[in-house]
Amino acid sequence: MKIAVCVKQVPDTWAEKRLRADDSTLDREAADGVMNELDEYAVEEALKLVEAHGGEVVVVSMGPDRAGETVRKALSMGADSGIHLVDDSLHGSDALATSYALATVLAGRDFDLIIFGSESTDARMSVVPAMVAERLDLAQLTFAQKVDVIGDTVTIERLADYGFDTVTASLPAVISVVEKINEPRYPSFKGIMAAKKKPVETLSVADAGLDASKIGASAAWSGVADFAARPPKSAGVVVADDGDGGLKIADFLTNQKFI
Amino acid sequence: MTNQPIAPLALFAIDSLLSEEERAIRDVVRGFVDTQIRPSIADWFETGTIPARELALELGALGVLGMHLEGYGCAGTSAVAYGLACTELEAGDSGIRSLVSVQGSLAMYAIHAFGSEEHKEAWLPRMAKGEAIGCFGLTEADFGSNPSGMRTTASKDGADWLLNGSKMWITNGNVADVAVVWAQTEDGIRGFVVPTDTPGFQANEIKRKMSLRASVTSELVFTDMRLPHSAMLPGVRGLKGPLSCLNEARFGIVFGTMGAARDCLETAISYAIDREQFDKPIAAYQLTQKKFADMELELGKGMLLALHLGRLKDQHALSPEQISLGKLNNAREALDIARECRSILGGNGITLEYPVIRHMNNLESVFTYEGTNEMHTLVIGQALTGIAAYR
Ligand SMILES: Cc1cc2nc3c(=O)[nH]c(=O)nc-3n(C[C@H](O)[C@H](O)[C@H](O)COP(=O)(O)OP(=O)(O)OC[C@H]3O[C@@H](n4cnc5c(N)ncnc54)[C@H](O)[C@@H]3O)c2cc1C
Repeated sequence: MKIAVCVKQVPDTWAEKRLRADDSTLDREAADGVMNELDEYAVEEALKLVEAHGGEVVVVSMGPDRAGETVRKALSMGADSGIHLVDDSLHGSDALATSYALATVLAGRDFDLIIFGSESTDARMSVVPAMVAERLDLAQLTFAQKVDVIGDTVTIERLADYGFDTVTASLPAVISVVEKINEPRYPSFKGIMAAKKKPVETLSVADAGLDASKIGASAAWSGVADFAARPPKSAGVVVADDGDGGLKIADFLTNQKFI
Repeated sequence: MTNQPIAPLALFAIDSLLSEEERAIRDVVRGFVDTQIRPSIADWFETGTIPARELALELGALGVLGMHLEGYGCAGTSAVAYGLACTELEAGDSGIRSLVSVQGSLAMYAIHAFGSEEHKEAWLPRMAKGEAIGCFGLTEADFGSNPSGMRTTASKDGADWLLNGSKMWITNGNVADVAVVWAQTEDGIRGFVVPTDTPGFQANEIKRKMSLRASVTSELVFTDMRLPHSAMLPGVRGLKGPLSCLNEARFGIVFGTMGAARDCLETAISYAIDREQFDKPIAAYQLTQKKFADMELELGKGMLLALHLGRLKDQHALSPEQISLGKLNNAREALDIARECRSILGGNGITLEYPVIRHMNNLESVFTYEGTNEMHTLVIGQALTGIAAYR
């Protein structure tokens, strides 16, 4: 089985995130970069599938130079090779452009499965996996909490408010995974050292054959018009309980539209 | 005016001295300590127990056991990477770092450097996985700083060896599957690889410790303990055998102590920012800030020294005297930092709700074992003057 896992480098989950003053995009230099947490689950699932069925795992990332670290993290967990799409002109790409770029890189490489985390902690749109599936005309099985491959079909449990749906498709297919699916492994030290020697293909926009007019900030369908820092926390309301404390709290919550 | 606080080692830009691979290894160990050690360590310390078997397996799966050794299932990392792992482990607890040091730098190193091929095949892969735990018996009740006087003997009995005597303060003693034991023979001090189920081997746990409570410390007693001729480590004779192992472990301590110190300083800084007295955070008083600035300098310098020694070690250019520079300085400064931080936490500083007094008490052992403060002082004194002042 040949599996692609798409991984994204995001600002450290705990870091304060900032937008850049010049073009209102996320300031990726301001904080340490880490692999998007859900993508670790995606890598883990791919490794497990390959351990069970044989095959190889190729990790694919679009991002600036230092996203190479995230590719190497996946390699140190056990992925076999990497593809890093890196080009200044990709900066500011929205979800549509990202899915276009990824789908173009993934197309024609004969992947049986393409696995994503179900959302990234910086953008939180959860749309890229579905967009990539559409662009490649593949079945999409999103929000998987369990994945089984039997022969040339794949079955997932799709997480839902009421429990889960069981969804089956034939391979090749696109999957996105949720946190419940597994417990990502730590890279072993041997894995970390071996990662250096694993092949990583670095592609520019031209190498990948992308149409420059469809990527980057200028091609984005949405933009940030303006932004302001969140106001500092105000002191809060202290409710004195004179027998009617419960009512006061209920009023407060109603006013804030919580209930 | 207030800014975002900068983490102590970030202020020294320590990360800029590390390769991506070194940072990756460091981060993995840090993650392990956060999830597997921190949640339980205060309980282990308080009850004086530690799930050594399970921990060894987890540490083995992580790859830290004998990580700087080549072959036999060991990861073969750089010395700096090993040091950084020690920093993270000891930021969790010196007892956990001790388990790893004794396993990798004392027991496994002795077998790796001086053992026969059979010793290596029999023990190293299992020890790297954490399936077998090792201990290292050099110190005796009456011979600590001066191990050359040891009274444990190994005498020939036909083709076999008979060992008699005892060892004291032996880390991992009661949980070990294999002990590397040093004994006097007719041709000087020799090392022996002793499976702990050998008849005549006995381990007695040392209780009532106030330090390294999350670590097993034991007395080993050997009574007519019969070993085959092949049990002897063929590769070394004399005190330089155990001393070269100690140099490996001391190297880990140079890095490890800075982990404990970092954890104390980070705890104290965040405590002082939150804790208000006289309507101000205690971090806002100049006296507190001077304490922080002084500790920051020692922590950063200690870390720089550790990295410098690590780079020398990776070039095979590190001398025992240079390791003494690191052990003396970093164990001493870490202990001072822990004590100062303890005071900043006030009453809370005496409880196990915070890691500081635990680190402080642990560092008393670290200050003493692997060559006391005084011994390393004398090593440096001898290096500088050419005069040995031990006797
Ligand atoms: C928790 C713990 C774990 C340990 N684990 C191990 C282990 O796994 N394996 C092992 O073999 N050993 C182990 N040790 C033993 C440790 O290495 C010794 O405790 C250490 O070497 C000091 O020996 P001692 O305790 O006999 O003190 P002593 O040698 O009696 O020293 C007492 C004091 O006298 C000072 N002193 C001694 N000689 C001189 C001198 N010539 N000049 C000036 N001052 C001097 C010392 O510096 C010290 O301050 C452990 C110890 C502890 C506390």
